[in-house]
Amino acid sequence: MAHPIAPAAAPAIAPISLKAIAPWAAFFGILMLIVIYFVGAEQGATALISGENVHEWVHDGRHLLGFPCH
Amino acid sequence: MNSVSVRSLLVRGMLAGLAAGVLALVVAYLLGEPHVDAAIGFEEAHAHSHDAGEVELVSRSMQSTLGLATGILLYGLAFGGIAGLAFCFALGRIGRFGPRATAALLSAAGLAVVYLVPFLKYPANPPSVGEPDTIGKRTTLYFLMIALSVLLAIGATILGRRLAPALGNWNATAVAVVAFVAAVGIAYAVLPTVDEVPEDFPASLLWQFRLSALAIQVTLWSGFGMLFGHLAERLLVPAPAARPAAEAATV
Repeated sequence: MAHPIAPAAAPAIAPISLKAIAPWAAFFGILMLIVIYFVGAEQGATALISGENVHEWVHDGRHLLGFPCH
Repeated sequence: MNSVSVRSLLVRGMLAGLAAGVLALVVAYLLGEPHVDAAIGFEEAHAHSHDAGEVELVSRSMQSTLGLATGILLYGLAFGGIAGLAFCFALGRIGRFGPRATAALLSAAGLAVVYLVPFLKYPANPPSVGEPDTIGKRTTLYFLMIALSVLLAIGATILGRRLAPALGNWNATAVAVVAFVAAVGIAYAVLPTVDEVPEDFPASLLWQFRLSALAIQVTLWSGFGMLFGHLAERLLVPAPAARPAAEAATV
């Protein structure tokens, strides 16, 4: 007679290997950080693009998200 | 698991971040914008003469709607992606937690580490608070504080994992949290204080602005945790025995 297998309360989940994560983390991690830089700091303390348009466009978001704006 | 699940989790992280960004945008528009407007009103009433002729590049109505949406949705998307990648790393490595619990713990930690800890030292400021001349210094300090907080949190997590076999997960976590708080306290004490609130700026307005900024982040991170936890659970946990047949039919 087959024993019913007791379901584990919380089956351990195998970690995803670092090798599988690394390329995604390197590329998209940096891409996401660049997006955050443009929302949070471009044309404030530093500027890659001249002018004030980026700063002015995300002005309210920058204040409300907690970044130093001007 | 292969890179397909990393990609799927990254995509779900970005989507959950975007959706949480929509919720945060509603909070920002309803709770935050009135305080931004009030602060700009104060700024204009106390304007220095050299501001008088300034050309308005983006109108206030654009800044408070589409501009605000751009900022908050991109922020949600970007942090959702980063949190999705962090989730790939955390899953199965921080104890016996399933995808949902891991997502909930990760987003709570994200709120605390990426926002709350820097916020308590360098809180959000409405327009007219902060000298324009010190923007470089304030930006550096703010990003430095975020980086420091993230590094200390990673250090505390490693410490907790090392102690877990000897102390158990619960006690090891408590020790790691205390170590993190102590290290953050030292960082607070060492880093310079920024206090550039104009003399007669209303204290109640400053308080309400900062509370609304906090509400935006709480909405964003908790919304992300709930949504992403649901999506990750559905992706990673095999469906109960009764469901595969039904699912196979739909594929």
